Amino acid sequence: MSQKVRLRIFWICAAGFACIYFLVAKNLPPWGHYRGPYGDVISSLSVYERHATDVVNAIDYDYRGFDTLAEEFILFTSVLGVMMLLRPPERKATPSATAEESMSPAVQLAALPCFAILILFGLYMSTHGQLTPGGGFQGGVIIASAPMLVYVAEHFRAFKRITSHPLVEGLEAAGAAGYAVIGVTAFAAGVPFLTNWVPLGVTGKVFSSGTIAAISACVGLEVATAFLLLSYTYLAEIIADAGKTK
Amino acid sequence: MTIFRMLLLSLIGLAALGVVRTRDLVSQVLALTFYGMLLAVMFFAFQAPDVALSQIVIGAVALPLMIMLVLARMRHRERTLAEQKDGR
Repeated sequence: MSQKVRLRIFWICAAGFACIYFLVAKNLPPWGHYRGPYGDVISSLSVYERHATDVVNAIDYDYRGFDTLAEEFILFTSVLGVMMLLRPPERKATPSATAEESMSPAVQLAALPCFAILILFGLYMSTHGQLTPGGGFQGGVIIASAPMLVYVAEHFRAFKRITSHPLVEGLEAAGAAGYAVIGVTAFAAGVPFLTNWVPLGVTGKVFSSGTIAAISACVGLEVATAFLLLSYTYLAEIIADAGKTK
Repeated sequence: MTIFRMLLLSLIGLAALGVVRTRDLVSQVLALTFYGMLLAVMFFAFQAPDVALSQIVIGAVALPLMIMLVLARMRHRERTLAEQKDGR
């Protein structure tokens, strides 16, 4: 097949796609005119039923909490798989020269307040998921990005001291298990799995919306530690070898 | 606001083209990050702040980080293999 024939076939297909795309786009509802009944029902009910002002998180961690539980375990299992596949071979890691090199004091000074702000903002985001946009997942990734800043500004040693701590693995497991345990506690109250049985509190307060806030915090813990473990697993072997090859 | 949204959408189209046209892998990751941030602004302009936050977190931290880590690992592997060949 020559270049010319191939190009002709492409243009025919592209024209067909453009026609269908135009038809579909023409029949889209105008922006802001939602047509389904479900979204309207849930956004008018979530404050009344769950005392959560962020409807997205009320859906994620309550109305369809079972799906999110499975999604959390997808993350957990994939991190586990990466760690098993990339586990470093048995050998003594030699402290290498590159592992000790750090950036200039100016960079370190600039990184320090950024580190504090990142941690604080991540904590805020994962604990205020029920009130404002955000939630456990976003907060977790923000927290996990703070040690990356340490890696950039300081040396790998400092990064390793944070991420290879045995506590990180334990916290990841605790975050993943916490979600399921919160679901199971509903049995003690005599209601089905993952029911929001905790007293809902006052709408707009941090400790409101029952299990939504607790689950959001658990997801934040799980996501933050999962990303830390992932980045450490990827980098560990490279840094260990960096000293040897030089 | 309509004009702003139209400009934003065309800018996103241009940025997507830029990501595809970039050849160097590391610059491509940076272009992809920029494209992700534009998408986040777009979600915000279309009144979806929750999606915008997820997009910032995924597009600016998670996705570039994963690609960069994989690139670093692949280059490391290649270098080690080349050194082993030289040694024999």
